[in-house]
Amino acid sequence: MKHIRNFCIIAHIDHGKSTLADRLLQVTGTVSERDLKEQTLDDMDIERERGITIKSHAIQMDYKLNGEQYVLNLIDTPGHVDFSYEVSRAIAACEGALLLVDATQGIEAQTISNLYLAMEHDHVIIPVLNKMDLPSAMPEEVKDQMVELLGCERDEIISASGKTGEGVDALLAAIIDRIPAPKGDPNAPLQALIFDSVFNPFRGVIAYFRIMNGTLREKDLVKFYYTNKKYISEEIGVLRMKPEKKKEISAGNVGYIISGIKQAKEIKVGDTLTHFEKPCSEAIDGFENVKPMVFAGIFPVETDDFEELRDAMDKLQLNDASLTFEPESSAALGFGFRCGFLGMLHMEIVQERLEREFDMTVITTVPNVSYFATTTDQQRLVVNNPSDFPDPSRLESVEEPFINAQIITKSDYVGSVMNLCIEKRGALKNQVYLTSDRVEMSFEMPLAEIVFDFYDRLKSISKGYASFDYHPIGYHVSNLVKMDILLNGDQVDALSALIHKDNAFHLGKKICLKLKELIPRQQFEIAIQAGIGAKIVARETVKALRKDVTAKCYGGDISRKRKLLEKQKKGKKKMKQIGNVEIPQQAFLAVLKLD
Amino acid sequence: MAGIYIHIPFCKQACTYCDFHFSTNQKLRKPVIDALCLEIEMRQSEINEAPSTLYFGGGSPSILDSQQLNQIFRSLSNAFDLSALEEVTLESNPDDHTEEKLNLWKSLGINRLSIGIQSFIDRDLSLMNRAHNAKDAELCVQKAREAGFEKVTIDLIYGIPNQSEEEWKSNIQRAIDLNPEHISAYCLTVEEKTALYHQMEKGEISEKDDEVIEQEYLTLQCMLSESGYVHYEISNFGKPEHLATHNANYWKGLAYIGFGPSAHSFDGANKRSWNISNNAQYIKAVNSGGQFLDEEILRPEDRSNEQIMTGLRRSTGFDLDQFPKEHALMVQQNINAMDDQLKACIWQNESHVGIHPEKWLLADAVIREIMIDS
Ligand SMILES: Nc1nc2c(ncn2[C@@H]2O[C@H](COP(=O)(O)OP(=O)(O)OP(=O)(O)O)[C@@H](O)[C@H]2O)c(=O)[nH]1
Ligand code: SF4
Ligand SMILES: [Mg+2]
Repeated sequence: MKHIRNFCIIAHIDHGKSTLADRLLQVTGTVSERDLKEQTLDDMDIERERGITIKSHAIQMDYKLNGEQYVLNLIDTPGHVDFSYEVSRAIAACEGALLLVDATQGIEAQTISNLYLAMEHDHVIIPVLNKMDLPSAMPEEVKDQMVELLGCERDEIISASGKTGEGVDALLAAIIDRIPAPKGDPNAPLQALIFDSVFNPFRGVIAYFRIMNGTLREKDLVKFYYTNKKYISEEIGVLRMKPEKKKEISAGNVGYIISGIKQAKEIKVGDTLTHFEKPCSEAIDGFENVKPMVFAGIFPVETDDFEELRDAMDKLQLNDASLTFEPESSAALGFGFRCGFLGMLHMEIVQERLEREFDMTVITTVPNVSYFATTTDQQRLVVNNPSDFPDPSRLESVEEPFINAQIITKSDYVGSVMNLCIEKRGALKNQVYLTSDRVEMSFEMPLAEIVFDFYDRLKSISKGYASFDYHPIGYHVSNLVKMDILLNGDQVDALSALIHKDNAFHLGKKICLKLKELIPRQQFEIAIQAGIGAKIVARETVKALRKDVTAKCYGGDISRKRKLLEKQKKGKKKMKQIGNVEIPQQAFLAVLKLD
Repeated sequence: MAGIYIHIPFCKQACTYCDFHFSTNQKLRKPVIDALCLEIEMRQSEINEAPSTLYFGGGSPSILDSQQLNQIFRSLSNAFDLSALEEVTLESNPDDHTEEKLNLWKSLGINRLSIGIQSFIDRDLSLMNRAHNAKDAELCVQKAREAGFEKVTIDLIYGIPNQSEEEWKSNIQRAIDLNPEHISAYCLTVEEKTALYHQMEKGEISEKDDEVIEQEYLTLQCMLSESGYVHYEISNFGKPEHLATHNANYWKGLAYIGFGPSAHSFDGANKRSWNISNNAQYIKAVNSGGQFLDEEILRPEDRSNEQIMTGLRRSTGFDLDQFPKEHALMVQQNINAMDDQLKACIWQNESHVGIHPEKWLLADAVIREIMIDS
């Protein structure tokens, strides 16, 4: 055990975690030159297409130093704030963390929040100044920032580059030297933390664990603390580029188990794995349940597919412990789920994974945060869904969640950041100069204003030089109304949104225009109206379709045109028929696409 | 019964709406034609019956000089038995209607001219950057007649921005007055990557409303049928004895072989192929014995959907008896499931299904409904 090191790589988004992991995999010979690509560990299609890490990824490496053979368990983590739950679970499985800071960017908001997560777990932190190959690197300045933040010595910081491999040997030496070997007793009763899981259509549930105490062997009789069900450990192993079977795995190590679990609900990330006979006396502290930031409905386009969707969501949840959902029903969309997400990117990724990994065609409805409504008879209701919003005649007051936002930016952008935050109903609470041209600003703002397009706009007004983190600070009374959308006179509940009253006219107009753009012309005219209570605040019309034909269809056009029509026919099947109006999936998110 | 298509990928200047494969750089004309003739030689065994139609399209085949056209005809007659040719069409631009060229075409056995008139109004022609003017448009048919052409078809475009309803009517009337055997009328379509598309994106030109275009189409149908033209395909009208043969064969699913960059071929059964649509690469591939075409094998579903698509664009409709049984069943189910408004667009007569001509502007919407799932 004294030759095992468990560590994760944490940083702000895009600071080069996965790229530096490539170099570690390469130097330790864990991945063959042939299998090595950029960000090798980002193995999901969505990760590769978007160039970001979404899932933590554990991998075991061998490394020889000074004649001693070491086993290094690395977990690469995502940097985007929506996936910070992945980071916190990775941290719980390790003793140390490499904290990367991009030498051209300096410390950013998630550098700080991820550092705090690691410190809560008493991690040994190895500070790494990354991307040193770039001419725009500012090593001295960023080292100043790191020394100040971490209270470390300047010479503890390792300069590295994931592009050139600079500093990788020094880094490996530091991992072995500074991070303690795991503690734990291999002969004690088995006590292992389940930190992740995934559903495999052939093998059932595969669970990833970190053993704190004891030894797990193949064919052992095991149970999970939380469910108390017993299983046989059919296959256990360690996580290499491909899973590698083992006969036994002991305290301090990280591995996987396949035990014939077929149902997603039989297992819970954060649970403790132990032996059925001679169990450990207590469970490991699991993970705090995540608190979703945004809620939205997810519905199957084909109403009949509800059970299939439930199954897909259960399986997806195995691999995404931050996803929460409960059944809901909508007059327009039938049965579906009200889901909780950690942010908009998370919501997008869930929808995309349902479509790609589970072949579901789904509609995601307008997201909203969670409100409290007090009725005239003094009931306090949780409103996670516009349809739960009490009728105005019964409504006494509404409270909406506020957050404290920390924004770190260059002093040049203070003015534009200020304007943006004020537009988003924010109030400046504090402003400190970290260095002569880096400012940290704190605002109190409604959560609802920042979950939508805030981050993108912040990035664009600051030319990328602003980073941002936030924490909930409770609820404040607010002037909210429910805006309904009517298509040909019929209200479509799935299109309703809760908005601030001052924005009602303006937003109503924009939403109608956007829907007009998104809803294709049909054989008849479609009236789109936005209403608040009985009052119509905006109206647009989609004119009836008069022309839907291509002029020419000669020799060379036949194949192309047939394929185009077939593709359009498939696309039509993905539309939701409400009454006799066909609505494309993205129209349900129209509110988010207003510019 | 087979047809031959020759693609001449060169034009004098680029019309703003055009997304065909062509080049305005004439440098590669000779090597393209050399390669095209070589292609004819290499692929001659692909048809083993005497072709009945020959069609020169483009691009602008009327741009070719005597030597180049002669060279192509020589290659064709070396490779194929041309004695059964009935319809030999050449697409011509009005500005190419010189006495010399017309006589040349006639002497080579071309017996049908397809003239790209598009409009008789100078403003329209320059808006679309056509190479000819209104005067060329007026005179070209006359000149063709003088050179002895008995079969003439002209192209018109409707939906032209800034053109008034009256102007459109007068364009149709002038076409009728020229008394061609056949008229094709196409709606101006804004294709991506064309100059017109960019002009519209920038807001320099605005597209006509569908309602206006629909009206123009109905006017066209009405005026041409009053003048004795049969509306036999969405965009095609002909005097009863003069419906286009070569083009109709595409829709009937007969075999054709296409030579030249971007030309397509169909073996009449289940194989479609198409040549590289880049002049330089085409020349290189043909000359080096490399691969210059791609092909696809159609599944029975694909063929049925092709028949639905081309059939619904024609007055004859498609014939369910020509379909595999299970496909015919699916088609009928799809028809039954259509909503009333779309259903009103179609007619069904025994095994034949078609779209009423006045509803042809909704053809794609109907086709999508009726096509079988692929
Ligand atoms: N020049 C240079 N570029 C780097 C280096 N490390 C990463 N990059 C580039 O920075 C971008 C982000 O790299 P990733 O490794 O995906 O960053 P990450 O921290 O894993 O990102 P997330 O997982 O999404 O938070 C990519 O375009 C990399 O090519 C480096 O050391 N030098
Ligand atoms: S002449 Fe014909 S092929 Fe050439 S650019 Fe004009 S429309 Fe296109
Ligand atoms: Mg990454």
